[in-house]
Amino acid sequence: MTAIVNIFLKDGVLDPQGKAIHHALDAMNFEGVEDVRMGKQIVLKLSATNRDDAEKEVEKMAEEILANTVIEDYTIELV
Amino acid sequence: MRHVAILQFPGTNCDLDTKYAFEKLGCKTTIVWHKESLLPEGSELVVVPGGFSYGDYLRSGAIAQFSPIMQAVIEFANNGGKVLGICNGFQILTEVGLLPGALKRNIGLHFISRFQRLKVVNNTNEFLQKCDKDEVLNIPIAHADGNYYIDEDGFKELEANEQILVRYSDEKGEPVVVNGSVTSIAGVCNKNKNVFGLMPHPERALEEILGSQDGIKMLEGLIA
Repeated sequence: MTAIVNIFLKDGVLDPQGKAIHHALDAMNFEGVEDVRMGKQIVLKLSATNRDDAEKEVEKMAEEILANTVIEDYTIELV
Repeated sequence: MRHVAILQFPGTNCDLDTKYAFEKLGCKTTIVWHKESLLPEGSELVVVPGGFSYGDYLRSGAIAQFSPIMQAVIEFANNGGKVLGICNGFQILTEVGLLPGALKRNIGLHFISRFQRLKVVNNTNEFLQKCDKDEVLNIPIAHADGNYYIDEDGFKELEANEQILVRYSDEKGEPVVVNGSVTSIAGVCNKNKNVFGLMPHPERALEEILGSQDGIKMLEGLIA
């Protein structure tokens, strides 16, 4: 089983990298971009076979180290 | 003679500057490798120095917080022991939860390395007891992730408890935007005022020939 953890700065927490990308896109004349948020993706290959157990375990990983929940939100996708 | 323990992680690069600084101020120092699980007996101050622990992978300070020595540091701090985190050390102390808030990428994305004025916001703590309130200090900064973030409730608590140590300022003490920090905060302490963290490097400001000796009165507060 593979777990995909997506981590982004929380809404309302200014994202300097997203903002820089937005400026670059504007400078390149790409139109219609209203907002850019930059995050990171962590892909975990798991030996677990039980979905619920895997989800709980990955959630624990996200809370304890993968994300800093003071400033970041995360989503977990199991595939 | 005060005994100062200075932590060393893979990627720490201010350990020897910090050792030099505290020895110059008359302390005994011990460099403690992060794999150790105990602090040297008799440690009176623990310093988490600057650098790039674990190459800043994942987030600055994120991996270092799980090094074995950090359990000992948490216990030391919870028993009232004095802990100072400088730069990457500040990031580690926020990651591990000994200090409130978090440090994000600088607003301009650049690594900023230069002298910076700092205004002393509160001196009702051991660290800044030798500085005057509103005094303007000149201390080097060198960081890419120094953009201090704390939510509104957390900020109110910092203010109410006089936990804000220093703010980035101009020569007159007016706050300036350096890296995007909430209200230009450059350093904070915990509620109990025994854990301190700041992005600037007082250990690099001990000699006039190197530009400033304002770091002396900061560090001296912790070993008084």
